[in-house]
Amino acid sequence: MQEQASAIAVDPVAGPTTATAAPAASVHAPRRRKMTFNWRGLVSIAVFFLAWELAVRLRLPGFHELPGPITVARVLVQDFLYSPGYWESWAISFKRVLLGFLFAQILGVPLGLLLGTSRRFNAIVFPVFEMMRPIPPLAWVPLSILFWPTNEASIVFITFIGAFFIITINVYDGVKAIKKEHLWLASSLGAPRLTVFRRIIIPAVIPSIAVGMTLGIAVTWNVVIAAEMIASDSGLGRLTWEGYVSSTLPVVFVGMISIGVAGALSTWVVDVIEWRMMPWKRR
Amino acid sequence: MAAAVGELVGSGLYKTYRAKGQAPTAVLADCSFRFEAGKLSVVMGTSGCGKSTLAYILAGYQRPDRGTLTMDGAPVAAAGSDRLLVFQETALWPWMTVEENVLFGPVSRGSSRQAARPKAAELLDRFGLGDFKDKYPTQLSGGMMRRAELAQALVNNPKVMILDEPFRGLDVMTRELMQEYYLKLFEDTHLSTVFITAELEEALFLADRIYIMSDAPSRIVKIIDVDLPRPREIAVTVTRRYAELEQEALDALYAGRELEAL
Repeated sequence: MQEQASAIAVDPVAGPTTATAAPAASVHAPRRRKMTFNWRGLVSIAVFFLAWELAVRLRLPGFHELPGPITVARVLVQDFLYSPGYWESWAISFKRVLLGFLFAQILGVPLGLLLGTSRRFNAIVFPVFEMMRPIPPLAWVPLSILFWPTNEASIVFITFIGAFFIITINVYDGVKAIKKEHLWLASSLGAPRLTVFRRIIIPAVIPSIAVGMTLGIAVTWNVVIAAEMIASDSGLGRLTWEGYVSSTLPVVFVGMISIGVAGALSTWVVDVIEWRMMPWKRR
Repeated sequence: MAAAVGELVGSGLYKTYRAKGQAPTAVLADCSFRFEAGKLSVVMGTSGCGKSTLAYILAGYQRPDRGTLTMDGAPVAAAGSDRLLVFQETALWPWMTVEENVLFGPVSRGSSRQAARPKAAELLDRFGLGDFKDKYPTQLSGGMMRRAELAQALVNNPKVMILDEPFRGLDVMTRELMQEYYLKLFEDTHLSTVFITAELEEALFLADRIYIMSDAPSRIVKIIDVDLPRPREIAVTVTRRYAELEQEALDALYAGRELEAL
């Protein structure tokens, strides 16, 4: 029945029926999403914390030194939530992630576009790029400390490395995957090169930029935490590490939870930005 | 109406694809034709015979290795808005609204949006897309996309429309409606059209003349004048003349083909 309705909407000869096309088409346009509360998920989260607490109280193997969730929560509230030092750690880690991520975007997106659009540039630069890409970001730590004048700069640099290659390669792949029809049609219609670049190539690559952002933000958090543990005296990574070194295990848990929340927040922000970048993918 | 324009003449076209690490594939060999101005020329051939390559060469996206192609006597050197191709798969830009897709051509050639808008609106209305101009292509049905692409091309006043299996992939009903739709458009305007298809029924229903291609490396092996009266309606497909033309075309399509190859 619905098939017929949309078929009639297509009928070009019977002009007036197109008026009925709008409601017919909109019948299945809005995707109905059932927002039912997932009570099973809530139960399993409760069971998770219960099992953790029980494992600690029953001194199961491996758990006898660990704090339970109640202890962790008490330490978090009493010693951290109202402590400026704790929030400073947040701010410092966020700043490093943001700077590394931004530099990676600012350099990676144009580089990916150039690699994809200029054959000569690609021939010169891509081999060097591919030579460096397999080196893991953390392998850069010693060199980075030697090279950059401040510790801060070297940590930002390592964070940058984490996102840069991922972003660049995604943009480059995005350019290569542009449908030839999309470019051909634009050239047929008489579009100058700059117009093709601005109105066809850039928007065509935006979904790939978005993928690079999603992967990049996850990697920058991974990298910044490890770099802070190795080479810094501040940040959420350092906080977690100090908890371990000073054998105050609740602090380790506070650090882990904070890092998880920070990562989730960043991912959420990136998702919102991506949603805004692609109005044509909204439904 | 002004004297018909948009005659495409190809003579001795050759095209071979050479991909790295693969044996070269000869797609066109000594392909010659004369698609008359103001006529609906249908090119027919089996899938993989090089029909799309011919379309790309006609549009100026690819150059033949040898041979000449002219439009109204002038050699075809590059792509241009006087010869527009509607692709097999939709080429609407998904990041632009339907209206932006249609306006792209005029605006790219220096027209202001304001100046181009009335004609775009008129075409969209005519194609039953007036209410959908602010939608994105993925929000349209297959048939609507095809009509949006026609509007996107026609707003540029092309001399020739090249349609490369444009209705492939549409459901049967939409497909028939689109055929009738294009037929009406053609019969109203007599816009020179090269219509490429693998479907004999479609070819017979639409064509002034059918050009049958051989298998690759292909050339035009047979020309059939379809003298069915215009304006045509679907009822024409049950006439005796239609059946005769169908038989003639089938004979040409199967001619020279070994039985074991079937």
